[in-house]
Amino acid sequence: MSLKPIERVRGVTVRLVGDSGDGMQLLGTQLTNTSALAGNDIATFPDFPAEIRAPRGTRAGVSGFQVQFASHEVHTPGDTLDALIAMNPAALITNLSDLRKGGLLVVNDDSFEDKDLKLAKLSTSPLEEPAMENYRLVKVGMTKLTKTAVAEFGLSPKEADRCKNFFAMGLVYWLYGRSLEATLRFIHGKFAAGAPVIAKANEKALRSGWAFGETIEAFGNSYQVDAADLPPGKYRNIMGNTAMALGLLTAAERSNKQIFYASYPITPASDILHEMVKFKNFGVCTFQAEDEIAAVCSAIGAAYGGQMAVTTSSGPGIALKAEAMGLAMMLELPMLVINVQRGGPSTGLPTKTEQSDLLQVMFGRNGESPLPVLAASSPGDCFEIIQDAWKIATQLMLPVVVLSDGYIANGSEPWEIPDVSKLEPILVEHPGPKTDDTPFLPYSRNELLARPWAIPGTPGLMHRVGGIEKEDGTGNISYDPENHQKMTNIRAQKVANAAKLLPPQTVVGPQSGELLVVSWGGTRGACLTAVQQAQAEGRSVAHAHVRYLNPLPSNFGELLSRYEKVLIPELNMGQLRMLIRSRYLVDAVGLNKVKGKPFMVAEVYEKICELSKSPVSRGAVAAKAG
Amino acid sequence: MSTALPVLTASSFTSDQDIRWCPGCGDYSILAQMKKVLPEIGVAPEKTVFVSGIGCSSRFPYYINSYGIHSIHGRAPAIATGLKVSRPDLTVWVITGDGDALSIGGNHFIHVLRRNLDINYILFNNRIYGLTKGQYSPTSVEGQITKTTPTGVIDHPLNPMILALGAEATFVARSVDSNVKHLAYTLKRAAEHKGTSFVEVYQNCNVFNDGAFSYAQDKATRDDATIELEHGKPMIFGKDRDKGIRLNGMTPEVVDLNTSGVKEDDLLFHDEQADSIHAYLLARMRRPDFPEPIGVFRAVQLKTFGDAIREQISDSIAKRGKGDLQKMLSSGDTWTVT
Repeated sequence: MSLKPIERVRGVTVRLVGDSGDGMQLLGTQLTNTSALAGNDIATFPDFPAEIRAPRGTRAGVSGFQVQFASHEVHTPGDTLDALIAMNPAALITNLSDLRKGGLLVVNDDSFEDKDLKLAKLSTSPLEEPAMENYRLVKVGMTKLTKTAVAEFGLSPKEADRCKNFFAMGLVYWLYGRSLEATLRFIHGKFAAGAPVIAKANEKALRSGWAFGETIEAFGNSYQVDAADLPPGKYRNIMGNTAMALGLLTAAERSNKQIFYASYPITPASDILHEMVKFKNFGVCTFQAEDEIAAVCSAIGAAYGGQMAVTTSSGPGIALKAEAMGLAMMLELPMLVINVQRGGPSTGLPTKTEQSDLLQVMFGRNGESPLPVLAASSPGDCFEIIQDAWKIATQLMLPVVVLSDGYIANGSEPWEIPDVSKLEPILVEHPGPKTDDTPFLPYSRNELLARPWAIPGTPGLMHRVGGIEKEDGTGNISYDPENHQKMTNIRAQKVANAAKLLPPQTVVGPQSGELLVVSWGGTRGACLTAVQQAQAEGRSVAHAHVRYLNPLPSNFGELLSRYEKVLIPELNMGQLRMLIRSRYLVDAVGLNKVKGKPFMVAEVYEKICELSKSPVSRGAVAAKAG
Repeated sequence: MSTALPVLTASSFTSDQDIRWCPGCGDYSILAQMKKVLPEIGVAPEKTVFVSGIGCSSRFPYYINSYGIHSIHGRAPAIATGLKVSRPDLTVWVITGDGDALSIGGNHFIHVLRRNLDINYILFNNRIYGLTKGQYSPTSVEGQITKTTPTGVIDHPLNPMILALGAEATFVARSVDSNVKHLAYTLKRAAEHKGTSFVEVYQNCNVFNDGAFSYAQDKATRDDATIELEHGKPMIFGKDRDKGIRLNGMTPEVVDLNTSGVKEDDLLFHDEQADSIHAYLLARMRRPDFPEPIGVFRAVQLKTFGDAIREQISDSIAKRGKGDLQKMLSSGDTWTVT
């Protein structure tokens, strides 16, 4: 416990920035976990370059991790920073503009020598600029302090230098009254077996950083962020890609299916594969294919064989899979195609977030080839969305597209661990052997228009499926004009029928009024927070977050008609807006940006204010006062 | 009560679909031999799956009464991978052509071979694109006049056998559509092999490339133009079985057994299991300098892809116990809010 005064605050937004080799992601993850364990609500935003080790000390190599932890509910990693921890000049100069006036700025001033400034393309040290007066600048010679602290372990200079992120971590932990416990467990778990000396040195660096905060006069006090008021339950911190993998594992167990998971490495989806390979003792079969096409095609083969078939990728890989996704739609086989979106087009911005693949997954195939499209709205929701998607896929016999994005894939939040024994089974049926002489009809249909999932090995159900248009019922090749029209209609209706399996769209806020903000995917947090701010001021604004993009919920058109204006913020140039405008003839307004970054709450809030009248009612005044 | 297993015949594998290949197509012969061989292999129709890509040959699955997927161009090996890995109880055949396997599907071709997936992979090579009406293929010969090469093919043709051997395929064989006995034997050998069994079949497209393999098909020429490989036997060929293949250093040469004084024992002996360049030398033997080998070039045992995957799964279960979902969801640091 710190002996210095402690200031209690409701929430803090901190960003840790350094070289991509400085261990900022590790530091951020540890701070996040520790804050989650302290009971705070959290939201994170890791932001790193595509290059593994960009040239040291340069602006291109800056890697950052932002976390907001609070004693109240938070939906975003925060707009402006309360504190910025910068390990070098490049990191400082590229992030300083996000630090609020009066915010805390901690720098490793051992790395502000001439050579460091030159690498960051600076002629003078930013620490000497008058602008520094806007911040509470604390210079800490982290490199030298760390070296001294770990001198007793006889590490090489390089190894000793590497401990400095733990020194920084210790300092940050002191600053926010965080327990060292979880991180100490991590250090010893990670290094103790292979490099016990490194483990000890890292522990020493961590403790020294903490002690430094407690000792040095520059820090007058530390801060305390109390536990948030989360619903009762057992929690863990979870990243979107991890939640996705656990969601798959759970959906497989609920449907009593084995997973066949095929993927080709691509940022930011690869982490799902990294998780899935850990599930071998669940019988999960993973296949790192020779390319994106082989990944989706092997999934089709497994789906035909009766497995829970899954393939994951990002936009460029989805482009390669397009023809096979059309085949899967034509074969009418259940499978999941997960697209963790990143900045596009082409190779685009591999490590940055964007929502610009919506129209790709809606229409990016030849012919009339509709597919259901669902989108996760937060890291934890990646788990839920998979349950929905697998239900639809198996009940309708269709490939289902699930959208995530780089922001929620790498971001994290507290997640209430579900009780497996309370989850309803996902019922999947396969027709049994047939002994009579009547022909088996592989394309016969039930009331939802789904065909039977007859799997090889079943006597009497031998049938052939293929990409050529097939006759309704028999599945035989057919070039008949009437049949093609009929089958096209059936395939479209089948997707539309998914709406019957899904809940209606709900809104947060008034059921009718001046403005409806419609969001989808990872922008939920920013939109919800902005809407809540506006509502608190008494503005007539509601929020509808859409998880089911195709088909849209059956009440969606009617819902839109209850508001005078509709605003659709998206991290693209207006893709959902295009769909909604054309489908419902609603003059929706967009708020669009493609900068590789999520929305700030303020951006959405400003747009809401622009589109809605200032609050005038008494209720509004009361709400404001409250 | 035990019931007798139904007797399988060619008609057990005959589907009710009308066959839509051109009259006189070499595919008919391959289909007939396949239907003859399938009952002999003894796998029930419901345990058999034919997977194909796109092209004339890829219509094959429709004509067999089994499970089947007529997929998209070049991707059959990838589809077969997902199916066979997750359903080891099934016997999976991939039917492909020279365009499907070697052009658009070239990547999957090499990777399925190197992984040694336990499937039978039959390549109908007719050196032409048939279904798209007569464009040149990766196995078309230099100078060949086709719809897209009015002044002759300038690409060097791909030798599928060399490519397969380069990918370390464990079973590599060649046969000829009209040589029905040999073809049936070769298909059966392919079915018996555990691992990827790759068979190139010389197949005549009588519409767009008629006679491309007439040297290997016509009774008058085939004995001199081809050499039938027999494991452990000296390499002898010719209508009168009077010619042989001898190794001169690293180079094979044709010798006349009547005039050269070379004895049978001095000839190259065929060895399917040779751990050497033997199969590669056979694959390099091309007309007109050499008779083209038909038969099994190479047949060696190696762990199959599916077995390796299942081994890792069972090892993991043995080491860590069968996965517990609730535990997995709760792994890492957790806290409880009351």
